[in-house]
Amino acid sequence: MQHGKYRFIAGFLVLPLAIYAIFVISPFVQAIYYSFTDWTGLSPDMKMVGFGNYARLFQDDIFWAAVGNSVTLLLLLPVVTLSLGLFFAFMLNVGGRRRKKAVIGGVRGSGAYKILYFFPQVLSIPIVALLFQFAYNPESGALNAFFQAIGLDTVQPDWLGDPQLALWCVMAAMVWANVGFYVVLFSAGMSSIPKDFYEAALLDGANRLNTFFRITLPLLWDTVQTGWIYMGILALDVSAFAFVQIMSVGPGGPDYSTEVLPLYVYQKTFRDGQAGYATSIGVSLLIVTLIFSAIVMRLGRRERLEF
Amino acid sequence: MTKSGTANEKKGGEGRVLNVFSHGVLVIWGLLVTMPLLWAVVSSFKDDGEIFGSPWGLPSVLHFDNWSRAWDKANMGQYFLNSLIVVGGSLIGTMLLGAMTAYVLARFDFPGNRFLYFLFVGGMGFPVILALVPLFFVMQNMTLLDTYHGLILVYIGYSLPFTVFFLCGFFKTLPTSVAEAALIDGASHTRTFFQVMLPMAKPGLISVGIFNFLGQWNQYLLPTVLNVGDPDKKMLTQGLVALAVSQGYKGDWSGLFAGLTIAMLPVLAAYIIFQRQVVAGLTAGALK
Repeated sequence: MQHGKYRFIAGFLVLPLAIYAIFVISPFVQAIYYSFTDWTGLSPDMKMVGFGNYARLFQDDIFWAAVGNSVTLLLLLPVVTLSLGLFFAFMLNVGGRRRKKAVIGGVRGSGAYKILYFFPQVLSIPIVALLFQFAYNPESGALNAFFQAIGLDTVQPDWLGDPQLALWCVMAAMVWANVGFYVVLFSAGMSSIPKDFYEAALLDGANRLNTFFRITLPLLWDTVQTGWIYMGILALDVSAFAFVQIMSVGPGGPDYSTEVLPLYVYQKTFRDGQAGYATSIGVSLLIVTLIFSAIVMRLGRRERLEF
Repeated sequence: MTKSGTANEKKGGEGRVLNVFSHGVLVIWGLLVTMPLLWAVVSSFKDDGEIFGSPWGLPSVLHFDNWSRAWDKANMGQYFLNSLIVVGGSLIGTMLLGAMTAYVLARFDFPGNRFLYFLFVGGMGFPVILALVPLFFVMQNMTLLDTYHGLILVYIGYSLPFTVFFLCGFFKTLPTSVAEAALIDGASHTRTFFQVMLPMAKPGLISVGIFNFLGQWNQYLLPTVLNVGDPDKKMLTQGLVALAVSQGYKGDWSGLFAGLTIAMLPVLAAYIIFQRQVVAGLTAGALK
């Protein structure tokens, strides 16, 4: 059985490991090194500047605007998306119950709703971002046209062009794109909760609100926590970058109102030729991500002790 | 489920009011999800005047020329093909290499096993944007920028963490006796993997395959940075954004909506056909 075992292991691992090391691991390690240099990204020469880039971050107003917006997304996006997801999933799986005989079930047509709600999840971010960009267009967009049609001619916001509204507009698109996945995910979780739990609660006279907070949510907490981390990473990384880059007016929204950390990393590297500085922004993004994950893990642990 | 709903309505009372309320909310979200998509499809048949004049109206004539213009002149056809090539290549690569790695890590004991596992799985938590700058130069040095195979390799690399994580869990649940029997019968490890274990892992492979397909097909960040040299080599997602920018200048909004619809409909159609597998695959991945 041991014959050729190590040769087999090596043979199977060499290619994936090489690809992973070259394209994933080595760039991460290099990034941390570059964050201590004044590298422009264009020329091969650079010199070490120690913590110079990190000191510069403290005086960079745009960086702090980006931190503020990223943290806003990080705090609000998961709350809104997961709450909506939980609410809809509860409606679809437990909401349609009958009072006396305590049979748990979703409302009618719940299967169709689940299919429908999942639609945005299979669309790529550019499609969703462009769709919303059209809807928000102040002159011909669907939203303002709708306001006009129902007689609210005076309400014609600038949406993405308004520094007060721009970030919320982007966030709405991100929520729209992600709720469906959580409806389906939480539905799958809820269907594995034993029906007797609900029956017992109903016998004790629990209403829907109680059933939700006392049974569904606690038993689903692990899934919610996973979703929370997913959503948080989404809010910090790729997804936020793509939405803001495509939807925003100008380089990071009007008055940097939608500037987020990943977009700022991208701009500093490929627009301003400050790759060294950009990677130090990236490292601070990594730190925010790690802090976030640590907090969610901790909160999760505390919550679980109650049961 | 349906029965309880009907019974509820007959009895009236709290149940009925709440049901009306819950249906109302569900219908509203359903409309919020479908309206923008329908609106895009309808707009792709209008001319520019109608798009601006009556955003909510129906087209007076069906302008199929929008579609052909987007497909040929705006290169959507080419972008579609590019995405197919790259995603096809990287999906096969990801599944094969991911399964090989996961199989070895899940079922063989050797020094460094845990270290490699955490090295792969740890990649799930890092912000991709941080790696992009050095990655750009790694690719440049290897003359892999703006090539299909370069993108394929990068897609594979960034898909490996989740794939390995998921399939490791899956391979661990498979019974050992079958593999042992094959080995005793004289099959090599490689043969056991391809002819015994891989077929047994089919449900897991399908799940993670769907996950990777959606992720790679919708990938935007990686090509935006690594695939900017040759305009004809753009991925569909990139091409769409480029189309939005250029058509915005030209004022060809109807062409843009046609492009959006071209990018949107095939994936939606595929989802509707395979929705059971898609949903099962994605939720299995996230619930683990």
